[in-house]
Amino acid sequence: MTAAPVHLVGERLMLDPMGGLFWPETGLLAVSDLHLEKGSSHARKGSLIPPWDTHATLDRLTLLLRRWKPRIVVALGDSFHDPEGAGRLPKGELERLNAMTAAHRFIWVLGNHDPHPPNGIGGQFVEEFVTHPILFRHEAVPRADAGEIVGHHHPKASVPARGGNLSRPCFVVDARRVMMPAFGAYTGGLDVRDVAIARLFPRGGRVFLLGRDRLFSFAIGQLNGTAPHL
Amino acid sequence: MLEAARAGDSVLLIAPTGGGKTLAGFLPSLVELAEAPREGLHTLYVSPLKALATDIARNLMAPVTEMALPIRIETRTGDTPANRRARQKLVPPHLLLTTPESLAVLIASPDAARFFGSLSAIVMDEVHALAGTKRGDQLALCVERLVELAPSVRRIGLSATVAHPEAIQAFTGANRIISVEDGAPPSMSIMLPEGHLSWGGHMGLEAAPQVMARIRDASMTIVFVNTRAQAELMFQALWKLNDPMVPIGLHHGSLEIEQRRKVEAAMAAGRLRAVVATSSLDLGIDWGGIDQVIQVGAPKGVSRLLQRVGRANHRMDEASQAILVPANRFEVLECEAAIQGAGARELDGDKPRPGGLDVLAQHLLGLACAAPFRPDDVYAEVRRAAPYAGLTREVFDDVLRFVENGGYALEAYEQWRKLFRDSLGLVHVRSARVALRHRMNIGTIVEAPMIKVRLVGKRGSFGPVLGEIEEYFVGLLRPGDTFMFAGRLLRFVRLREMAVECQEGGDGEPMVPAYEGGRLPLTTNLADRVRDLLRTPSSWETFPEPVREWLEMQRGVSRLPGRNDLLVETFPRGDRWYLVAYCFEGRNAHQTLGMLLTKRMERAGFGPLGFVATDYVIGIWSVNCPRNVATLFDQDMLGDDLEEWMADSSMLKRTFRNVAVIAGLIDRHHPGAEKTRRQVTVNSDLIYDVLRKHQPDHILLRATRADAASGLIDLDRVGGMLARIKGRIVHMVLSRVSPLAVPILLEIGRENVRAGDTEEKLLAEAEAIIAEATGQRRPAPVKSRKLQPSLFDA
Repeated sequence: MTAAPVHLVGERLMLDPMGGLFWPETGLLAVSDLHLEKGSSHARKGSLIPPWDTHATLDRLTLLLRRWKPRIVVALGDSFHDPEGAGRLPKGELERLNAMTAAHRFIWVLGNHDPHPPNGIGGQFVEEFVTHPILFRHEAVPRADAGEIVGHHHPKASVPARGGNLSRPCFVVDARRVMMPAFGAYTGGLDVRDVAIARLFPRGGRVFLLGRDRLFSFAIGQLNGTAPHL
Repeated sequence: MLEAARAGDSVLLIAPTGGGKTLAGFLPSLVELAEAPREGLHTLYVSPLKALATDIARNLMAPVTEMALPIRIETRTGDTPANRRARQKLVPPHLLLTTPESLAVLIASPDAARFFGSLSAIVMDEVHALAGTKRGDQLALCVERLVELAPSVRRIGLSATVAHPEAIQAFTGANRIISVEDGAPPSMSIMLPEGHLSWGGHMGLEAAPQVMARIRDASMTIVFVNTRAQAELMFQALWKLNDPMVPIGLHHGSLEIEQRRKVEAAMAAGRLRAVVATSSLDLGIDWGGIDQVIQVGAPKGVSRLLQRVGRANHRMDEASQAILVPANRFEVLECEAAIQGAGARELDGDKPRPGGLDVLAQHLLGLACAAPFRPDDVYAEVRRAAPYAGLTREVFDDVLRFVENGGYALEAYEQWRKLFRDSLGLVHVRSARVALRHRMNIGTIVEAPMIKVRLVGKRGSFGPVLGEIEEYFVGLLRPGDTFMFAGRLLRFVRLREMAVECQEGGDGEPMVPAYEGGRLPLTTNLADRVRDLLRTPSSWETFPEPVREWLEMQRGVSRLPGRNDLLVETFPRGDRWYLVAYCFEGRNAHQTLGMLLTKRMERAGFGPLGFVATDYVIGIWSVNCPRNVATLFDQDMLGDDLEEWMADSSMLKRTFRNVAVIAGLIDRHHPGAEKTRRQVTVNSDLIYDVLRKHQPDHILLRATRADAASGLIDLDRVGGMLARIKGRIVHMVLSRVSPLAVPILLEIGRENVRAGDTEEKLLAEAEAIIAEATGQRRPAPVKSRKLQPSLFDA
């Protein structure tokens, strides 16, 4: 496994091919948009899709924790797919999650899918989390000060390759902010050329596509096709 | 037919097109109703095509009105307005003409028992086209339900001539077959392009001048091609030669339905001289005026060729005229084989495969929506439908459990189950909402994600919608790019509100949208005939000179493939080694075989770099010389290698998506939601990954593997071949490319998907190339990556 180093407001950050971000200086690991219990959220509306999404997401989170051994873990919002999501966690998964929140300093940034702190989940719930000089929040603020790490949009990018396009979730990085890919097992993506993402990176930037053992890096301008809604 | 009806017999009527069999199917019903008028639904007619149902209703109406018979005839399809559908339920017509999908919606309604209780006859049209498909599975299940609701109902199946009449009889549930002799055999000939006969390529555009000349000589021609892309290109090629102008139309499945109807109407009215068409015109209404069929490109199967040829001259006593235009040398062999096969009436078509479990899942929920049922009764009923005759109770129960609560090993969804059982063991649907949602999602046709193509004016004003192209093709377009669609040259402007906006004109080399599954693989029967031609030099006399020379050269330099062996050639070229295997098992099977062979070659240290598959041949190129070739083809390749490859295969994911939609795991339509399906559902690839990891034997994964095995990955044919050629591999070690191998080598530059590469490799390559091009990285040392073989020089 090879992580990719990037610099944001003078700080060195490691992007992990699984979709996590590690800040060695502070021992902080960030993940975004876990969307836990998305499966059961669909099930209660009548789509009985397979129920193991929380299990799969926590398996991957466990691997990240083992790999980076962080002191602080930040979940960048939309950690639960809906406000009742935490209450529907199967008992085993709830125990697993709370073991993680007990073993680390665990910061839950609130998102639009989970705007209120749920009951029974360990850790600290906040609107934003700041460790100078970097601010962690769920959704990017268009003219925010440099040094913002955000989630929310589930960025993905498609790349011209032999035989057609290949599309993967990705990090989007410029001098001012890092936008993280969604980490949940059932989370889809929005193309980075969509205006909702593109307007946050007016001077372009780089994308880092998630791979099995490494990331694949491209400048946004090198990507194929056209953004919808331009 | 009348006599069979009086005896209460169910009948399969097999007759060639133009024999008036549809009217024969209705005759007993008309006679009964004229003799003894009564109220209530008497006869149900089911056709695979909406247009056919409408057309037949019109044809029946004329004599009924003329004779003032007290018979009401109506159609019911997806296009029928809601008020008429409601009225039909209150006051059923005597004859109702519909499609399998609309029938399934009626079956799933609570008043199905009352509506169908009076039914006397079911007429199923074009059953040969439905049997063995998912739409056929759905129809067979619905018909068994109708038999439950109206036990004395007679069934009438109408079919073209088929290879396995007894299978179609079982599908119809008929106790006898009435066969009408085929009319005059069609007269078919091969037409070659003038000048050079191509070594490769499948489009056949070189023959456009002769095709145009033939169009001018006939009064109405259908030019059949094999893919939509080929239809666009052939239409353009003909259009360039169209001076003095004759009216020519274009017809394929991605064109806007309005456009297609216009072309059909123009044909019917005799306003067109020719139509370039894909399989979109294989079935359907008789137009009468067609006097010539031209098939450009290999026909791929004898039955399909006969079906197409039968579109010309719908009178039984006259021979249909057809011209076959091969696009390359191999296709000359295939066309010749197909003409011989047609002459011998050796039809192809495998026996219908067992019914799809996804379709069964949809049907079970539909039954529960209509009325509570006892699983034992429904199991017995389902097994009476021919596609499900071999269904075990265990599998039936798994499917039922999937419908009830998802059928997951983790019992997480008890509280959200869709079905529940009462104390008597009856299965009920949980709520009206579940039933509503089910009725909105009935059907077994799943389209690839498509995006509309719309013309816009210079200032952005909206023009007409021309049709749909696949989403992935849209991803390849940049503003200003030109592409061919609907017979026009279009310039891509932008993507807006899920539509591709375009203007006419533009410059540059236009692209042509391709479509998934556009090509049918060569049938087993036709492949055998091609092999027979190859190994029998005495039959080459009829071949054109260049083909004969080509085969003679092959015989001198290497060998000819035999009937039951497998010829494999290896030879060096440039800095590569090539392995070419003449399997003749069709593209799908060859793709699978290519994947498995490259995996083995990798393990053996031959360093395979890629492969390419056609209907006839697989070609693999590698760094090192492949040795011990016979062991590469050992049957055990269908073990772990296959499992491992299937796990990640995009074909399996594509198949899973269709299964998940049909089985009702993923909605196509959502009550009250204006959003597209994409916005309210979870991506099926993500679901597939999670399910495969946590419950690999889930019923939907089993259904997916079964579908893929007979479809996209065609394991049935791969397995059959490996067993057949065991111990009969003929390995020719050559010093250079053989004549027969030239076409596949030419294909290497053309086929841009190198399936041997993993996504990871492709991403790394794209990253390196772009970095190189933008000066961030020094170029890699030049290796001759794409060797275009200079044409064989013997």
